[in-house]
Amino acid sequence: MSLVQQFKDTLTRSRQGFLGRLGDLFGGGEIDEEFYEELEEILVSGDVGVQTTLKLVEELREEIAARRIRERSEARELLEDILGKLLQTAAEPVTPEQPPLVILLVGVNGSGKTTSIAKLAHFYKQQGKKVLLVAGDTFRAAAVEQLEIWAKRAGVDIIKQQQGTDPAALYFDAVNAAVARKADVLIGDTAGRLHTSDNLMDELNKIYRVINRNLEGAPHQVLLTVDATTGHNAVAQAEKFNQTLPLTGLILTKLDGTARGGIVVGIRDQLDIPVSYIGTGEKIEDLAPFDPRAFTAALLQA
Amino acid sequence: MFSSLADKLQNTLRRLRGKGKLSEQDVDAAMREIRLALLEADVNFKVVKEFIASIRARAVGEEVMSSLTPGQQVVKIVNDELTRLLGSENKSLAQPAKSPAKFMLVGLQGSGKTTSAAKLAVHLRRSGKKPLLVAADIYRPGAVDQLKKLSASENLDFFSLEQSDPVAICKAGLKFAAHESLDPVIFDTAGRLHIDDELMSELGTIKDQVKPDEILMILDAMTGQDAVNAAVSFNDQVGISGIILTKLDGDTRGGAALSVRAVTGCPIKFTGTGEKVDALEPFYPDRMASRILGMGDVLSLIEKAEATMDRDKAIEMERKLRSQQFTLDDFREQLGQLKNMGSLEQIMEMLPGGMGIPKELKQLSLNENNFTRIEAIISSMTPGERVNPAIINSSRRKRIAKGSGTSVQDVNRLLNQFSQMQKMFKKMGAVDKKTAMKGLKKGHKGFPF
Ligand SMILES: Nc1nc2c(ncn2[C@@H]2O[C@H](COP(=O)(O)OP(=O)(O)OP(=O)(O)O)[C@@H](O)[C@H]2O)c(=O)[nH]1
Ligand SMILES: Nc1nc2c(ncn2[C@@H]2O[C@H](COP(=O)(O)OP(=O)(O)OP(=O)(O)O)[C@@H](O)[C@H]2O)c(=O)[nH]1
Ligand SMILES: [Mg+2]
Ligand SMILES: [Mg+2]
Repeated sequence: MSLVQQFKDTLTRSRQGFLGRLGDLFGGGEIDEEFYEELEEILVSGDVGVQTTLKLVEELREEIAARRIRERSEARELLEDILGKLLQTAAEPVTPEQPPLVILLVGVNGSGKTTSIAKLAHFYKQQGKKVLLVAGDTFRAAAVEQLEIWAKRAGVDIIKQQQGTDPAALYFDAVNAAVARKADVLIGDTAGRLHTSDNLMDELNKIYRVINRNLEGAPHQVLLTVDATTGHNAVAQAEKFNQTLPLTGLILTKLDGTARGGIVVGIRDQLDIPVSYIGTGEKIEDLAPFDPRAFTAALLQA
Repeated sequence: MFSSLADKLQNTLRRLRGKGKLSEQDVDAAMREIRLALLEADVNFKVVKEFIASIRARAVGEEVMSSLTPGQQVVKIVNDELTRLLGSENKSLAQPAKSPAKFMLVGLQGSGKTTSAAKLAVHLRRSGKKPLLVAADIYRPGAVDQLKKLSASENLDFFSLEQSDPVAICKAGLKFAAHESLDPVIFDTAGRLHIDDELMSELGTIKDQVKPDEILMILDAMTGQDAVNAAVSFNDQVGISGIILTKLDGDTRGGAALSVRAVTGCPIKFTGTGEKVDALEPFYPDRMASRILGMGDVLSLIEKAEATMDRDKAIEMERKLRSQQFTLDDFREQLGQLKNMGSLEQIMEMLPGGMGIPKELKQLSLNENNFTRIEAIISSMTPGERVNPAIINSSRRKRIAKGSGTSVQDVNRLLNQFSQMQKMFKKMGAVDKKTAMKGLKKGHKGFPF
């Protein structure tokens, strides 16, 4: 069968919701080398990353040996446990004693920051909170207009400046405005930037310092958006962003596609940054808290 | 990290020295390393399997060139084959006889379609064309505005219709182009998932109505294993003629390029290397191959040095490299020259044919911090250490870090980079004496410095 045909088949299978590989893999039979090889393939194909995959399979191997497990069906629960434990989220997201709660979104270009802000605004607004947005991407063409449209749709206010303004200065004003207007939540956008650009990372650090100097403990949450289609590079992204300003969590976006977003397992494993939310579409309500169990099940459903 | 795959392979193949033939067993061990390297670069695992099978056959029985080690020999085979698969020659855009040329951009959300549309227009205008940008993304908030602003800031012609649907906008755009004698017409479409039937069939309708000469899929270079699924679907349902690989200015290895090329057979026509509209470059299969294998950093470091050294110094340097006397002092001098050029960025922007300017020159000022750090580290070394870095043990490393206000990690990284560079030069000296200086000679012609 040609490569292209193979990919088409897998796609149809996952779209029709058939029990894919997982069924075969854990369905029955003995645990042999082939089992481990296939499992490795499932994890790698879900973008878990080579290092983390090798580590996970090794851990499973040891557990299986220690518990003298023979059947593939028993191995499934074990693996789900290992992954579930690894991906566990912190009990409570960070919140300040006094409002405003300040949330900053950061990430590489096109990963879904602005859209996720709209979703978070909607999420808090639904809870009756007073939400204020900051149009902190003063660089990209029409980034401000994009967030403005979302603010209108979510029914929340927005602080903005002209394109080209220094974003750190804008954030200084925005924090003051949030306090003055007694906002409950201030959610800030930032321009997309690649973690390899020292200048842009310095700019981000400056934004962080300005907010922090202006309001103690803020920003309380710094969320990195990671596109679920991203491969190994997401680990380098998380590492560099986390060095620039301390990340409190990830938003795994675009999980409504066929990518399984396994790289967040690698990020958790290597950097211990938890996933806070997942993005499942382009609409304002397409945001959900991260559920390690559901995620694990979907990840293994190759 | 596979920063030096050649080293790993050399380890695996150390029993084989110098001459001889690669045996089945040697090749087996080497293939495992290559498989992992390709997977780490995000090449799809099925594509990796096919690739390994194809080069395995080639490698067994291969004579090891006397100038290479067996490890290097395998890397060379892999690198050659990768380059071949990525497309040996540079494919340009279709130039239809009938005016206007029509280019349609498609792809997943956030991959860089709108930005690439503007980049393409700027690029085509350089060759005397009068492009029109058509905004057909009516879904994403601010999408039309984004293209409109990009067009306005570059003085490009722009078309869209309010309260209309994408198909109607594209058709009206064509009429507008005919009326205003604009050519080519570039259509920016909304980002969409390849499993969104409704939106995928919308692309089909636009295609039927507009009959584009090229349908370019915009692919984010950071994409992982799923790139093949999107590519197969777009190609199947809409049919693509070429690929633009975006966001290559980061440090992604970009294995998705190989995956997508393998499953669609479509050439990669351009690369996006920045957010600005002039950051569009031709695709170089050989560079991409090295990058996927994790040798990109070293190569670009060498290119940087080559591109800016002045001629006499370069010739002297070349002599040193050949005789392998390249020291940290030389390294520092090269970097010093690079740093001095930071302010030239503006001059370069004004030169015609910006696409030909090496990107390493354009990005110089961005890396100023790095240069300063490296200079500080080398300055904190004794002359003896600079000539023979092998003597720099851990206590010396600590001293150097302290003296330069950096960390031992920084020192390690620098020493690593330097030794990789030395190795590369060594290899190039042996394999291809011309390559090392080619960039320099080309780069210097026609520049006012
Ligand atoms: N299918 C899907 N699309 C999404 C999701 N989140 C964001 N998008 C889309 O991805 C694209 C990029 O989203 P943005 O929110 O503009 O991303 P950004 O990170 O702000 O981009 P820059 O500011 O340009 O760096 C848009 O087309 C969004 O509609 C998601 O969860 N699912
Ligand atoms: N660093 C870098 N950023 C890029 C490149 N190409 C595009 N971008 C950025 O990536 C983000 C998304 O680009 P867009 O052109 O809006 O992407 P799009 O595919 O039109 O997005 P949607 O219309 O929302 O699907 C923006 O922040 C761009 O500035 C590139 O080559 N390098
Ligand atoms: Mg944005
Ligand atoms: Mg767009």
